[in-house]
Amino acid sequence: MFRFIVRRLLQLIPTLFGLSLLLFIWLRRLPGGPETAILGERGTPEMRAAIRRNMGLDEPILVQYGRFVRRLIRLDLGTSTSTKRTVVTEFVERFPGTVELSIAAMLLAIGIGIPLGYLAARRRGRFLDHASVGGSLIGICIPVFFLAYVLKAIFAENLGWFPASGRQDPTLGATRITNFFVLDGLMTREWDAAADALWHLVLPAVALASIPLAIIVRITRASVLEVLNEDFVRTAEAKGLTESTVRRRHVLRNSMLPVVTSIGLLTGGLLSGAVLTETVFAFSGIGAFIYEAISQRDYPVLMGFILIIAVVYVLVNLLVDLSYSLIDPRVRVR
Amino acid sequence: MALLDVEDLSVTFARRGQRTVHAVDGVSFSVDAGEVVGLVGESGCGKSVTSLALMGLLPKQPGLRVGGKAVFDGTDLLQLDDRSRRDIRGRDIAMIFQDPLSSLNPVIPIGLQVTEVLTRHRGMKGAAAEKEAAALLDRVGIPDPKRRLKEYPHQLSGGMRQRALIAMAVACQPRLLIADEPTTALDVTIQAQILELLKDLVRDSGTALVMITHDLGVVAGMCDTVNVLYAGRVVETARRRPLFREPRHPYTVGLLGSVPRLDAGRGERLNPIPGSVRDVLPWPDGCAFAPRCARRVDECVGEPPALVLAHDGRSYRCVNPAPAPGTVPTPAATAPVVDDPLASAAAEATASPVPAPREEEKP
Repeated sequence: MFRFIVRRLLQLIPTLFGLSLLLFIWLRRLPGGPETAILGERGTPEMRAAIRRNMGLDEPILVQYGRFVRRLIRLDLGTSTSTKRTVVTEFVERFPGTVELSIAAMLLAIGIGIPLGYLAARRRGRFLDHASVGGSLIGICIPVFFLAYVLKAIFAENLGWFPASGRQDPTLGATRITNFFVLDGLMTREWDAAADALWHLVLPAVALASIPLAIIVRITRASVLEVLNEDFVRTAEAKGLTESTVRRRHVLRNSMLPVVTSIGLLTGGLLSGAVLTETVFAFSGIGAFIYEAISQRDYPVLMGFILIIAVVYVLVNLLVDLSYSLIDPRVRVR
Repeated sequence: MALLDVEDLSVTFARRGQRTVHAVDGVSFSVDAGEVVGLVGESGCGKSVTSLALMGLLPKQPGLRVGGKAVFDGTDLLQLDDRSRRDIRGRDIAMIFQDPLSSLNPVIPIGLQVTEVLTRHRGMKGAAAEKEAAALLDRVGIPDPKRRLKEYPHQLSGGMRQRALIAMAVACQPRLLIADEPTTALDVTIQAQILELLKDLVRDSGTALVMITHDLGVVAGMCDTVNVLYAGRVVETARRRPLFREPRHPYTVGLLGSVPRLDAGRGERLNPIPGSVRDVLPWPDGCAFAPRCARRVDECVGEPPALVLAHDGRSYRCVNPAPAPGTVPTPAATAPVVDDPLASAAAEATASPVPAPREEEKP
């Protein structure tokens, strides 16, 4: 088990190396650069060249990349060209917001998706089944940012049930410890702050959850239908076990394997979906910040954030693989 | 009175826009306490569906209809509600399935799969249940049962898996055991061991056994009474010995004739039944076997052949049966009849546990 984890973490190194090289080249190939973002329309060619020289952007791309890697080894991701703060500071401040949002969205998707998919399979061909299959198709088709706007317009602006933007009401003056606002509220026993942060999460989380929810419903349904026809379910029935034992012990557990895999893959999609959702709800997470960084050509921020997201993605999938072995003894890792 | 009396059992699958399928079409047979009864026939003759119908395990689907009666110890199994059926399953009637790998839950240790029956029907829990489970595994011949309890199905060999399934089936000392082709998925030496185990269990506990098989070697070695099924109906019922020695229904004759023989001369051809089980006549229109039958006469078609009760308790459903010994054989009958089918079937199964019955005498 331990060797498996170490091996997977070591595999991360070449992955990150390749990804960083690709990213580096792609980003430098984008038209325009930080100097255009900083100077705007007014800049003369001489001023632009001065800024480029200042930032070291006039050197050959491989030299630049070598410098980036040397700094990366010391865990120095550089300084944002737009906010002038270190990339690590920006990340530590913003990443918790995105994590909170992603966890909320994933909990929603799993908490609703698995039971709904299961019930749809049990009531195959009846109303609930058709409704959830049809509903999930709609969920997959609607673009996340569009859904986010619609939710915001209806539930925040028209009905006023939920806040329209932000992560927390700043007038509460909540204490910050980890930058996970809900967690901070719980740790400092500022219950109103925790509740308010949770309240701010609802609409963005619903918007973000739409696609994973739809996919989880479908995969769960298909998987349960398949397992219901398995011979071992018939054996369990032949033993005279109660219906609930058969369902819980024999059907549900076996049908969770494909669902767990998809949850791992969906988590990656969640992080990129967050870019749009956070922008719509002015939710200060990494998503909104990356969006901003692209338009500013903020190379250090883009490089740093995308690489860290890649690390997170690999770690999540490592967790998924480990949880696999909890569910299925046949793939137990050695 | 018999332990299980199946009377006119029928199972039909109706689908809109398609012809209704009569998977089982009036099957009747009975099983006495402690008796081993065989249900024999080709694939698709309705033997598995019969057993699943008795257990109430047919997949629930619209258009499924089960008719007739199946009286087990005074209660009609087909009339029970779901709850009482679950009480009987595993406790009074247990079942062993064909493919031991797919019939075991892959993600649960063997131990739990055995103890869950004990918990459900015998109220045993914790250490007591584990101890009993280990004793059961030991009884079905699984070495080192304590360790095996913690293992998963994929860690066991095919034979061990089937033994584990048998342990689960006999956990509550059921009065009736239904074995649906229990050895088909196993290789020959393992088959022999499993059949031997089943025979021992049945003999020691007095459990009645319904053996569903297409393998006449198994029938020859194990069954007291044999029911031959064709197209969802029993076409011949007899004690084992008379059935093998003097089959009356042409289908039985054909089945026995198509067993390959070790003592056949080189280059001698097998004697298969022509056609396939799909070339059937619907029973109401006559004998379903008529399209493939070597002894077909005009009376076969028109109305279903009545059940003929012969003198020694055997019965068959045929208007032109193969002649009983001592009568002059008609030319049509001679072709497929082999002189000593029981010997050939048993010889075929020599690897099988089943030594040919001792009082066997060559004619």
